[in-house]
Amino acid sequence: MIKIENIKKSFGDKDVLKGISGTFQKGKPNLIIGSSGTGKSVLLKCIVGLIKPDDGFVYYKHNEFTHASRDLKTEIRREIGMLFQGGALFDSKTVEENVMFPLNVLTTMPEDEKLDRVNFCLKRVGLENQNKKMPSEVSGGMKKRVGIARAIVNDSNYLFCDEPNSGLDPQTSILIDELIAEITEEYETTTVVVTHDMNSVLGIGENIMFLYEGHKLWEGNKNEIMDSGVKEFDDFVFANKVMRKLKKLD
Amino acid sequence: METLGKYFIFLGSLFVNRETFKTYFKLTIDECVSVGIGSASLVSLVAFFMGAVTTIQTAYNLISPLIPDYVISLVVRDMTILELAPTIIGVIFAGKVGSSMASGLGTMRISEQIDALEVMGINSSSYLVLPKILACLLMYPMLVILAGLLAILGGHLAGVLTGVITPQEYIYGIRFEFNEYTVTFALIKSFVFAFLVSSISSFRGFYTTGGAVEVGQSSTAAVTQSVIAILLADYLLAQLLL
Repeated sequence: MIKIENIKKSFGDKDVLKGISGTFQKGKPNLIIGSSGTGKSVLLKCIVGLIKPDDGFVYYKHNEFTHASRDLKTEIRREIGMLFQGGALFDSKTVEENVMFPLNVLTTMPEDEKLDRVNFCLKRVGLENQNKKMPSEVSGGMKKRVGIARAIVNDSNYLFCDEPNSGLDPQTSILIDELIAEITEEYETTTVVVTHDMNSVLGIGENIMFLYEGHKLWEGNKNEIMDSGVKEFDDFVFANKVMRKLKKLD
Repeated sequence: METLGKYFIFLGSLFVNRETFKTYFKLTIDECVSVGIGSASLVSLVAFFMGAVTTIQTAYNLISPLIPDYVISLVVRDMTILELAPTIIGVIFAGKVGSSMASGLGTMRISEQIDALEVMGINSSSYLVLPKILACLLMYPMLVILAGLLAILGGHLAGVLTGVITPQEYIYGIRFEFNEYTVTFALIKSFVFAFLVSSISSFRGFYTTGGAVEVGQSSTAAVTQSVIAILLADYLLAQLLL
């Protein structure tokens, strides 16, 4: 479980996060949603420590992360897997080397065990026998899968996904969402997904946090979307005609 | 001043929270191949012609019959060892290796590869930059030695083939009142220049923000600032050590 308290972050005069609090549950996908520029990615980067918040606390289980010592931060980070928007695969390494990378650097596992683990993870994300391909040779959806395989290879307790569906077709997006949801349930990870894709929200949104202009305006699950009672949230969710019709039918 | 402070903090960050020796060893060897072997042909070519041109131009300027011909090779030797091999090759090294380091790290930054390392709990600056600096410190002095030898060889061939100096006089001049300290001085310079080029270029690349245009700007800034640093250090070292 991850708990955040009163996270604030400004860049110059612009207050991006204005005191966000919340809890991300273990074993189910937690979604942070909102329009572009509302601070979703900044919040995610504050949680994983890529950006230091101006104020507030992030707790991994009972360990406070934001003000933790370097050693404790490193220890917590080694339990984190993250899928980046563009995949963030290492260009000069093959798919296999990319997935094996955390094992090479962070563990003393024997080579054959590492290879078994990599093959298991690649199979789990549906990429068997793609080991020797370079990142430039695989599609956008495959890059995301490799990114997921790399994120889970080290038995991560926490999985973070920054816009996992950006640049993907709707069908592949759904496959990636399902994969994230399955992995979350299977490995009991605490998964936080930043997205503005409504398919994801409706498909895997077990715990949804809606951000608007740096504030958390709504929190709930996919079944509660229809009756949020928050105008800004309704404007975001029911932005297109199809969704508005669905709302009326409901 | 802020940038200078950030640069020193960056240097400090290279030595904390490091990975295992084995990890760095492999990375450093890879970087040595890239930095050393990758630059050897360009350095050789430049050094050879630099020596040849220095010989011809020195001969062209020494027209007095009172000055013996072996002075030509003596001038070539001292110029090569003291200045041309460490400094001019340093400028070329900054252009080739420095720009490559800055653009490589800059691309890693904008494509979130550096963030990926940080999230894994790896000290990205140490993991990515320390092997580059170590490789430059190991390989650049060797490149300077190679450049010095090839420049003197180039001078020999050019002098002999054009008839401005005989082989015997050239060799005599090379050996005449040779001061070994000049080689020590050249090697000290080469270590300093290697450190400056690798650290400044890595710093510029590591803190790239934005997109492709900014990667290009970082690369240009890395070369410009490395060259300025080389020239300043060249003056300071000459003042202090000669």
